[in-house]
Amino acid sequence: MADVAGNHVSAAAEDPAQVAPKRAARQHSLRMLAFLAVLALFSCALFMTLGARGNWSFVLPFRAPKLAAMIVVGHAIALSTVIFQTLSGNRILTPSIMGFDALYALIQTLMVVVAGTAFVTAADPMALFFAQTAVMILFALGLYGSLIGRGARDLLRLLLVGVILGVLFRSLAGFLQRLIDPNAFVVLQDRLYASFNGIETDLLAVAVVAIGLVTFAFWRLLPQLDVLALGRDTAISLGVDPVRLTQLSLGLVAVLVSVSTALVGPVTFFGLLVASLAVALVGSRRHAETLIAASLIAVICLVGGQTILERVLGFDTALGIIIEFLGGIVFLAIVLKRGIQ
Amino acid sequence: MIEAVALTKLYGDSRVVDGASLTLDAPGVTAIIGPNGAGKSTLLSMIARLLPIDEGKAFVDGLDVTRAKGDELARRISVLRQENGLLARLTVRDLIGFGRFPHSKGRLTANDHVKITEALAFLDLEPLAERFLDELSGGQRQRAFVAMVLAQDTKAILLDEPLNNLDIRHAVSMMRLVRRAADELGKIVVVVLHDINFASAYADRIVAMREGRIVVDGPVEAVVSEETIEAVFGLPVLVREIEGQRTCLFRR
Ligand SMILES: Nc1ncnc2c1ncn2[C@@H]1O[C@H](COP(=O)(O)OP(=O)(O)OP(=O)(O)O)[C@@H](O)[C@H]1O
Ligand SMILES: [Mg+2]
Repeated sequence: MADVAGNHVSAAAEDPAQVAPKRAARQHSLRMLAFLAVLALFSCALFMTLGARGNWSFVLPFRAPKLAAMIVVGHAIALSTVIFQTLSGNRILTPSIMGFDALYALIQTLMVVVAGTAFVTAADPMALFFAQTAVMILFALGLYGSLIGRGARDLLRLLLVGVILGVLFRSLAGFLQRLIDPNAFVVLQDRLYASFNGIETDLLAVAVVAIGLVTFAFWRLLPQLDVLALGRDTAISLGVDPVRLTQLSLGLVAVLVSVSTALVGPVTFFGLLVASLAVALVGSRRHAETLIAASLIAVICLVGGQTILERVLGFDTALGIIIEFLGGIVFLAIVLKRGIQ
Repeated sequence: MIEAVALTKLYGDSRVVDGASLTLDAPGVTAIIGPNGAGKSTLLSMIARLLPIDEGKAFVDGLDVTRAKGDELARRISVLRQENGLLARLTVRDLIGFGRFPHSKGRLTANDHVKITEALAFLDLEPLAERFLDELSGGQRQRAFVAMVLAQDTKAILLDEPLNNLDIRHAVSMMRLVRRAADELGKIVVVVLHDINFASAYADRIVAMREGRIVVDGPVEAVVSEETIEAVFGLPVLVREIEGQRTCLFRR
């Protein structure tokens, strides 16, 4: 054995039986990604074609936006969750558990209360959307940036603060909603609980562009995020500024969350479900692999699930509930497993 | 290369590092010794910009560490912390590859792979290269982190207790490696050590800290003496010359 300083000590340092090569790991994750991609494509194809009777010019405009929305939202949730987990330094938190969605609802409610329904319905949806996202980014940076950026990695504290903020936002929004008149409430309700049905196409277009840009930005940041996953100190030592990277990434996550929430409404545990599955299937060695896997799994769950529910079983609205249920179980499983260890 | 000028760290009213000044220019091995809580890690962390500096200044290669760009510093100074947490599940080779980040920004070149292979060999890690870090013993993991620091290939290297968890064979190997880095590669290495005899055997210079202050700073002969060690650690010891090497012994 060639020793560090050239001395030859006969005692074997490592048990040779343990030295099973793990070069296969990378190939394994690539194969898994290919498999997920095929499954995702298959789900999309099924969704578009299954039970499609008659004229394509009728089917296409009806189904295509819904499919696009599911893909875009699934991707946004997957991306935001995996990144958020890196920023917070653990694999239980998601933007939703930390109250991002509730923050969105509160901002919407405040807008209706302060500016009035007339303003909200008359205003340019784009302008409104951008203003809303900007407010959300500022808030997210202020609230979560201070918690996450400065090396506050105490999981329990983060979780607690997140949950409390979430409850606070939700109750505040609920309280304000009780104060406004019923007509205003209907307008608000519409904005808070949109579903995959009846997606506004112009908003969809904005969402595609916004999420596309954020994805590109994150793609450029991936090597730095890989370094950040080594921990704050190692990241600094390797020349990555964790505070700056965290703030930038939190801002981008806020964009993803507000876009996807604006499009389809809040989901709490879905992100956790896809992120956990992705880590289990392809590991967490590189963000690129984990992220692609998470996005593909999100598309498979949403599109595949919707196809089965809608086309095979004949339900329509239950998908969200089922996915939240599964995600909640995954959350509990992770928390319990950690507690036992 | 490294210049610390009256560095001070305050936690509330307590000055855990109190006006510590240190200049390191020539290649060589400098050991920092001192009792638990003396401020050794804090001093290293401030020089390596891991902790904000409350008073004083630190320069690396003429760059003020609080102002200079992170990646410029990362090509000049590397640091191994006392404890390391990880979120991602990485193999040893992956981890060492990250040491190349300041040079390659995440896209490993052929040269980077050469450096990674060298670092693996230096630390006796080839058989473990494809193992995941959470499948290693504490000492093996410690070596993997040192290999990452080595792959970073900086002129100045700060190691906070690199002998943590190492068996005697690997501890000796590690110190020989540190010597080689200084002698053959011209590195400026600072190591925090708890074993005075390791410091005495391998260092050129010893810096002793106590209660936040640097109390002695000099060649081995000047520091490893019964009076000085007793003054630093508050413990009476015997110092004998054995085989030409200052050795510290303890009474029962
Ligand atoms: N975040 C903190 N808040 C308050 N005090 C701190 C903090 N971090 C460190 N200290 C104190 O600073 C002092 C110096 O700590 P430091 O880690 O530098 O010691 P050390 O010399 O490296 O000790 P060891 O040999 O145990 O590693 C200790 O008394 C410690 O309690
Ligand atoms: Mg220490």
